[in-house]
Order: sequence, then C-alpha cells, then structure tokens
Amino acid sequence: MRKINLTIYALLFFLLPVLSYGQIEGEVLKPEGGSFLLKGATVVTVTNGILENTDVLISNGKISSIGAGLSASGATEIDCSGQFIYPGMIDSGTRLGLVEVGSLAETQDYSEIGNVTPNMQALTAINPNSVSIPVTRVSGVTTVLSVPSGGLFPGTAALINLNGYTPDQMYTGFKGVPMNFPTSARRGRWDRRSDDEIKKDAEKALKDINDIWERASTYMKLEDAEADLQYYPEMQQLAKVVRGELPLLIEVNKAEDIKNALKWVKEKAVQNAILTGVSEGFRVADEIAAADVPVITGPVLALPSRNSDRYDAAYSNPGKMLKAGVKVAIRTSDAENVRNLPFNAGFAAAYGMGKEEALKAITIVPAEIFGVDDHLGSIEEGKSATLFISDGDPFETSTQIMHVFIDGYKVPMTSRHIRLYQEFLERNPGLEKH
Amino acid sequence: MKKFTYIMLSIVLFGAKSLYAQTPKGDVLIQNATVLTVTQGTLEETDVLVEDGIIKKIGKDLSASGSIETIDATGKFLMPGIIDAHSHLALDVVNEASAPITAQVSMADVVNPFDVGIYRALAGGTTVAHGLHGSANAIGGQSITMKFRYGTYNPEDIFMKEAPRTIKFALGENPTRVHGRGKNIQPRTRMGVEAIIRNGFAEAQQYKKAWESYNSVKDKKNSTATPPTYDLRLQTLADILDGKIIIHCHSYRADEIYMLINVCRDFGVDKLVFTHVNEGFKVAPELAKYTMGASVFSDWWAYKFEVYYSTAYNAAILMENDVITSINSDSDELIRHLYHEAAKTQRYGGLTDEQALSLITINPAKQLGIDEFVGSIEEGKQGDLVIFDHHPLSVYAVPQMTFIDGVKYFDINEDEDDQRIKVSPTEMVEPVYLKAEDERCMHGVELFMQEAAAFNHTH
Repeated sequence: MRKINLTIYALLFFLLPVLSYGQIEGEVLKPEGGSFLLKGATVVTVTNGILENTDVLISNGKISSIGAGLSASGATEIDCSGQFIYPGMIDSGTRLGLVEVGSLAETQDYSEIGNVTPNMQALTAINPNSVSIPVTRVSGVTTVLSVPSGGLFPGTAALINLNGYTPDQMYTGFKGVPMNFPTSARRGRWDRRSDDEIKKDAEKALKDINDIWERASTYMKLEDAEADLQYYPEMQQLAKVVRGELPLLIEVNKAEDIKNALKWVKEKAVQNAILTGVSEGFRVADEIAAADVPVITGPVLALPSRNSDRYDAAYSNPGKMLKAGVKVAIRTSDAENVRNLPFNAGFAAAYGMGKEEALKAITIVPAEIFGVDDHLGSIEEGKSATLFISDGDPFETSTQIMHVFIDGYKVPMTSRHIRLYQEFLERNPGLEKH
Repeated sequence: MKKFTYIMLSIVLFGAKSLYAQTPKGDVLIQNATVLTVTQGTLEETDVLVEDGIIKKIGKDLSASGSIETIDATGKFLMPGIIDAHSHLALDVVNEASAPITAQVSMADVVNPFDVGIYRALAGGTTVAHGLHGSANAIGGQSITMKFRYGTYNPEDIFMKEAPRTIKFALGENPTRVHGRGKNIQPRTRMGVEAIIRNGFAEAQQYKKAWESYNSVKDKKNSTATPPTYDLRLQTLADILDGKIIIHCHSYRADEIYMLINVCRDFGVDKLVFTHVNEGFKVAPELAKYTMGASVFSDWWAYKFEVYYSTAYNAAILMENDVITSINSDSDELIRHLYHEAAKTQRYGGLTDEQALSLITINPAKQLGIDEFVGSIEEGKQGDLVIFDHHPLSVYAVPQMTFIDGVKYFDINEDEDDQRIKVSPTEMVEPVYLKAEDERCMHGVELFMQEAAAFNHTH
C-alpha cells in the first residue's frame, strides 16, 4: 500500500509542472465548461449506495446519466479507474467569502453595526475572488453557507457554490436568517461578568427578541392585509421568517439554552427552525429529537465547553445526537480553513457517528435541511454536477482530490497554496547564487 | 527509648524521601504491537519492555518478571509520546508585555498542574509540551519543557528536568503592535525589532565583559575590584550568547526570519529554532543551514496579514529542503490531535508516514534539545508511549493509552466523565465557555491594545 502511495506521489510530483502551466505569463487556468464523461469510477452516491466501475456523464451542468459503459460523443473523457466520485461536500456554517484576513477590520464583512440587522445580505458581501475560495474547493468542499454574525439578528445567510464571478452566479438556492439565542453561558475566558449579570443580560436579550418577534408578527399581518407600510427593511425581512418563507437559524449551544430555544420555537410556532452550534446537544439530544428540529453542529474539532466534560465531548456530540434521532449536519464555522470540513466529519465518524452517516452530514443532510436536495447532496441523474473525484476516502488526509466539478464546471486544481508549493519546493537560486 | 528510635527512624525516612523524591517511574510490557519507532522503522508484532521508566528492550516474545503489567496490543499501533514544541497549555500567565525585552521572567513560575487541558492533551497522545512565553516582546521570557504527569499538585513534578533552557523571541506584528503602536516606544517596525535584539545582545556582551574582567582580578592579592551589579535580564541574554539557552522565535515573514538568522550569526548564536514560521518555506535553504529547525502550524493561515501569503505545504517544503521540521499546536485544542495535524502533510505535500510522524516526535525533541531522552522508541530512551487503535496518521485513529516514563496517565477504558483534580469551592455555577479561547500567544496584553478585543486569532 505504501508503495502504491509513493508511486502516486511520484506521479503527482511529475505532473505538477503540467498543473502549473497557469503560471506562465499570458496563460491562465479557468474553470472549464462542456461535457465530461467520467469513466470507470467507484461512485459513492450517498443516496443509492456505492456503484463499482460506473461511468458518470456530465452535460449542461448536470449529471445527465450514471451507468456502465456509457459513451458520449464530444464529451471530454476522464479515466477514473481506481478512483472515487463523491458529491461535493457542503459546509453548513462558515464565513467564507465574508472575510479575507482574520484580524483586519478592513477585510471583515460578516458583522454589521446594530443589534437587529436581519436585512444585511451575506450574498452582497461575498467576494467571489477571495483567495480562500480556490484553497477550499480543491479539497472537494464545493458548497458553503456563508453566515453573518454578531447581535441578535445579524443578517441573512446565503448558500453558495464555490465557482462564479458574481455572487448571483454562486448562489445556489437557500437563504436563512440567523438569530443568536440569549445565553446563560460565559462567552469566553475574557467574559468577566458575574453569574448575576449573565442572567440579567440573558433575560433582557430574550425580552428584546420577544418584542422584536411581536413586532415582526404585527408587520407580517399588516403586510398580509396589504396595509400601506412605511419603509422598515428589518421588519420586512423578519416578517418573511415569521411567515415561514425564510428559515430561522437559531445559534444556541449550552444545554439549558437549547431547551429554552426549543420551548421558544414551540411558543412562537416558528415554522422553519434550524438549530446551529448546539455544542452541548448531547446533553439534551432526546429533547431535540422530540422537537423534530434539525441541527447544524460544529466545529467537531473543538474543546469541550465545560472543564468537567469528557475530553471527547465535542468529537462525540454529532454521533450522540444522531443516535437519539436528531437530523445532524456538520459545519466548520471557519473561513480560511473550511477545507477541514472532511476532517471534522472524520472525527465525528471515529467518535460514534460512523463513516456513512458522517458523509451524509456533509452532503445530503444539509441539502435536505436547506431544501436544495433536488439539485445537491448526492450523485443522482438530474442533479447538479457538483462533485469531486478522489483516489480514496476523502476524510483521510493521505487521500488526494483529483478533480472538482461545480455546476458542471471543471475547476482548476490550483490555489495560491499550491502555486507557492510549486515555486518554493525547489528554490532557484538555492542557498547560493551562482 | 524504643519510641524515640521509631520517631528518629521515621524522621530520617521522611527526610530521605523528600531528598530523593522523584517523579514516578513505571514498568510495563506492551506486547505484539505494530511499533512505529520513528527512527528505526516499523516493527510488526513486536514487544516493548519498559523498566523503571526506561525502554529496556524491544523485540519479539519478550517476557517480564511477574509483577510487571502486561498489555496485549495485538492489532494496535505503538508510537512515541507526541511532543509539542509550542504550547501555552497549563500556564497561568503568558505575557509580561511591559517591555520589549523581558528575558528575566520565566514560565516555570506560572505552571498550573491542575489544568484539565493536560489530561485532554494526554488523551490525544501528547506527553511533552514546550510551554512558551507569549509573543508581545522581541525578547520574551524563558520557557518550560513539561512532561504531562497529570495528577500532581506540585508544578515541579511536571517539569522535564533534563531539558535545556529555552527562551521566546518574537518578530513582526505582535511586538510592533504592543510596543510601537500600543505604547509608542520602539519597536514599531521590523527594523525596530532587529535593533531591539541587536541592542540587547550588545548590552549583554558588555555585561559579560564586565563580569569577565571582574572575575579575572577578584582573586588577586589586594584586589579592590567590586563586582558589577547582577542583572538577571542581562545574565539571561549573556547565557544565550554562551549557547546555554535555545531560542524559539515566533516569526511569520521570510524577511524577518532571514533577519534573525543574520543577527544570530553576527553574535555567534546558533541555537535557534523558528516557530509558526509561516513563510519559512521561502527561506528553507537558509533555515536548513543555519538553524535548529522550524516548528510550524499544519494549515493555519490568513488569520492575520503576515500569514496571508502562507501555504499549508509549508511543512512539506521545509522537510524536503532538509530543515528539521515539527508541527506544533499553540492551541489547547490542536494539542489533542497533533497526530492528525501531522497527517495533513500527506495531503499537502505527500510526506511519507515516517516523515509525518517525525514532525511530532523526534524533530520537536531535537528542537527542544531532548532527543537523547524522548522522541523515538529506542532502547535506553524514556518510556513515553502511546497506543492507537488505528495507524495514528488515519483520521479514524483513537488514542487508547498514554504512558510517560512507563506510567500510564491515560487509558480510554478508565477515562471518566470528570477528570479535574481540583474543583473550585467558590464557583457557584460551573462556567460554560461558548468560544473556547485556546489561542494565547497574546494573552495578557489587553492593557496595551485597544484593538485586542477585535482579534479572533492572536497568535
């Protein structure tokens, strides 16, 4: 096995100059459209089992057929024997495209001033040319939810595919409004409020949310009655949530808060609620399952929230919720390292979720939660050709991702990280200048 | 009379115990494992015998005298204890940010053996970690190499006494932000950082000279020489010049890395390791020739501007250019799965299993000057070992048992929900931290930085 790996690396190494022709002045690697026939792969469909030695035909941006011995004139053939086809991985919670350099305010576009700004559109601020996007997609993560943060209602999140020159070209069918549910927890080590202050703050925040919800409900009723309303974009957006047109993504983590959030969802009869974060979901998994609210959890590679917790609390959380009957998707909550999504899923798999379910948690499950499973989340005829080809299990770090297709476009397998590798692996001049 | 003898005897015994008190050492025989020695290849179905904390024998069908605990590791993988060359875990304070040079302070004074993070690191196979001062100063405080012997109340029990002294330097954004921008004193630029370090070294040379001339005359007859004023800060810098202390330097950009290499060459300092070193790949040949290596993140980048032009292939490029390379955590979270962080070099650069494992074992040991004791499974080395159920470079690998000096500190089958040693009597409600703040390089500089609150990553 080692030998085979070595051979693959050696081959890859010699292929690097081929991959790097994009660096030649005047020549640029661009996403390639057209028809592609992927031959002889092991197709991990996610929804219909694993198909050995199977061909997949891509045309007009879609998976047009799946089967053995397909042929298609004019299609570019790619030999995939010994390789695997997976649906593109979906990260259900990121800041990708909303920030370029973590610490630089000038590049941070995820947090607007104000406590109630649900009308702020993540899709507006997404930079299609962010360096992080090629870095992410070459790993097989093709689709992410970009989420604004801060305040009670920070904005509107958008689901994007990681290819396109405008946000609209990237948009792939889901928007949702995040809400930070009031918490009785400390925000971090720097949070030096007393227990009393924390309690008071949480109570006030909940009162605020209730007031806002009340107002949004009134706004909705007036709108439905076709009243002549003044310009009020915040309420206009929240009315859509109350009406159920837009899902509410409720960020909540502490066990007690989760229970309160579930109670609140029931009280307010929120039509389309999704819990996010849910780092202590394992403590109240049965309640979440009983409420039948889906969960987007993560990062899995995280510390336990309490010092008294088991060391693997965060690793085993998705598996425990799944066992209790919760619908669980996995997110990284990252920006530049969204490429770690498969590893977050891998840890969830190792600590109780199992490989198959962990794969679902980053493909078909988020697609279902977001209502985009008609075109994303599995390898099925008629779905979007948003998929990747790898030489092994994508959760394993030793696996190489060979090709990535997004909406039928074959994206260039390069990024600034790879180009730096190509330039500096063997520097010239080396130590001395000759 | 008899009573008196007993009392005397017990006093003598008690005294002897405290005189010879030492860290616990254990005996264990691990049988039939796939042994990843790191330095001597992979040995299939092999036994490892640890006696009195030291690896006595590696071979087939070993037997041990009656009382030694025997562990059947059939189908499992045994690797050396994982070593983290850059951590702030179990340190109560990290930055003495009050001046650009604070070589006089030491992290040995702030080690907290109660930190449950130690147990969590053990559960991830990490046995040794280098606890560093923060990165607020061009020359920060002295660091401490720890063996994670969880369970003790005495900080000194977790010091690795064989480890040489080390000190933290820092270049680039952090010292210039804290001092230049926060306090309006030098350094504000990378030029200033160089000047601060050169000034410090030059002052130490004068200090050394003053002591040398005093020492050369003090024993002469009728000598009236008075000793120079002792200064711990300058003495520490002098010790660096004398090669008694290894520098671990927080760095990001290639230009600043190259700068410190030049400064150290000018002052004859060659015990130099770069840490973080995100742009190290750009000066890999220089790092290979002039330093004790580079300790890098596996994939962190873009969290601040000076790491924007960084690459996850850094470790692979450095390795292939013969730089002694390690993967560090700088995080209470990553320290729990350094085996996974090292494994990422197979995706980013195709390193072999042996190369990848060396990144978290023998290479950090070399950088800390402890490679004769730990970092590989070899007869005569200390019995720091981890058993995994799968190959440790697999994402599915789960550490099963962790040993330090042959003593078992983690066993997945004996792991309990609450592993804290100490529970606070004053805390009414146990705090729940929603955002685990595991990045502490800039911990404690808030006074000097209005912008600190806006930082998510502060390495």
